[in-house]
Amino acid sequence: MKRVIVVILLFSFLSTSCGPADSTQADSSAQYIENKGSDTIVNLALAWAERYQSEHADIRISVTGGGSGTGIAALINGTVDIANASRSIKEEEIAEARTKGVNPVEHIIARDAIAVIVNPDNPVNELTLQQISDVYSGKITNWIELGGEDRPIVRLSRETNSGTHVYFLETVLRLGSKEDKTLFSMDTLLLPSSEGIIAEVRQNPNAIGYDGLGYVPQDLKMIAIAAEAGGAYLLPSIRSVNNTTYPIARDLYMYTDGEPVGAVKDYLDWILESEAQQIVAELGFVPVE
Amino acid sequence: MDKSLTWREFVITRLIQACCYSAILFVLLIFFFLLREGLPALAEVELESLSNIRWYPIEEYFGILPLISGSLIITLGAALIAVPFGIGTAVYISEIAPRWMREILKPLVELLGGLPSVVLGFLGILIVSPYLRTLLDLPTGLTAFTGSLLLGGIAVPTVVSVAEDALDAVPRAYREGAWALGATRWQTIWRVTLPAARSGVLTAVMLGVGRAIGETMTVMMVTGNAPVLAVRLASLFSPVRTMTATIAAEMGEVANGSVHYHVLFFIGMVLFLISLGVNIAASSVVFRAKKRAERILS
Repeated sequence: MKRVIVVILLFSFLSTSCGPADSTQADSSAQYIENKGSDTIVNLALAWAERYQSEHADIRISVTGGGSGTGIAALINGTVDIANASRSIKEEEIAEARTKGVNPVEHIIARDAIAVIVNPDNPVNELTLQQISDVYSGKITNWIELGGEDRPIVRLSRETNSGTHVYFLETVLRLGSKEDKTLFSMDTLLLPSSEGIIAEVRQNPNAIGYDGLGYVPQDLKMIAIAAEAGGAYLLPSIRSVNNTTYPIARDLYMYTDGEPVGAVKDYLDWILESEAQQIVAELGFVPVE
Repeated sequence: MDKSLTWREFVITRLIQACCYSAILFVLLIFFFLLREGLPALAEVELESLSNIRWYPIEEYFGILPLISGSLIITLGAALIAVPFGIGTAVYISEIAPRWMREILKPLVELLGGLPSVVLGFLGILIVSPYLRTLLDLPTGLTAFTGSLLLGGIAVPTVVSVAEDALDAVPRAYREGAWALGATRWQTIWRVTLPAARSGVLTAVMLGVGRAIGETMTVMMVTGNAPVLAVRLASLFSPVRTMTATIAAEMGEVANGSVHYHVLFFIGMVLFLISLGVNIAASSVVFRAKKRAERILS
């Protein structure tokens, strides 16, 4: 879906840039910014680019998805000005960039929280990270073990190609430990879309699922999560994400080659201003303070 | 004048011939492509790993047995629904319904076949699966059975359309002969018309099964996609993951030329071979049935 939007936008860019050929020629000062990377960020990046271009007629920003790795690889190869990533750059990517004379600089541009959701009829309100891990690894199979009703637990997850799936695996199932080789329980339902998870949780009191905070509708119940037993149980919110007390939240990044200059610098500065951060909140991500 | 006519005849014959051969050529090309992309999987992943019962490709678990069993159990379920329903409908339309009704019914059934499978998938998620969950008291409604029901629905129009044509092609004299011998309407249908149309009806069943095993979108939406080995009868009422859904869900994001990529093509190859097997089995049955019929007639 996101890809489709990107393609449509690309076409609209092409048609606008091809249409009035003489005006672009006259306007030789037009600056191009190439922006590529994470599919999680692509909608946000597109919304920013659209707004920014409507305010700055001399700037052209092209946004494409493809995944965090694709974006960073493009930055290393020097084909883009800004790479979007929903994970921080890896050691080996930095090393590869150095050999090509590229110096990736990180900018935190928004935050994304993962909400754990259940049916509103489910009496369970709060869980620890360890409990969620045990649920998804298959150690806990009935809601009664979590203080709920005597019902089997139906685990819902995104497909394995989703960045959210990998993030959930590393941060929740394996509790951030690199040596941990815990896997999702085999009977975890892998649904191809956020919509599928939401539809199932909405009608099934046995279900537990997770999704980006921005995608959770009002009528589902979010679980308050404590990082460890005895800790405070917190619901995901702009506040709990920004003061890093909510345990399953990640930063979203943009990378540039060296400290940004010129049009790219202006654009990145604008992104951190309140107008752009308002778009972040509208799209369901968490603005950086 | 005469010469140009023969020349035109020649060109048209060759054109038609080329059409026919191109179909075979395309199948061969596709098969070679599948082999080229899929066979490296056998070199990169040990057979032991492929026959594992866990499918979790991002951590190098490439057990394809759960996927094969998932596809088979759903197809079997769909066939059990589509075959009786489809043949029953075809018999009613062709043998029992009055002419005017038949002219309304057949296009309507065929319209059902034109429903996009993603629409059926939506119906499945929003209506069928919640209903089945409460009705059968299951943990979740996203099960192999839900998939079978919807796939059965998708296969029925194919079965009806082809089987009805086959029944329609049975000469009227056969039925009149049976009636003249004092057979009831049901005896005529069951003992004369259906056996006479057997090869066409078998083709209908085969096409229906082929439609079901290759269907992707609906099963991806309603079967839960949990790669669990489905070997017991109870598996019909739990989530499964099919080969088609796996390819569709994972191919978009996989790195070109990686192990995972080759394994996905290998799954495509297995799917192709299963379809081929169904086709060969069905046509050999048809062939044998024909020989027997010829023997009786002679």
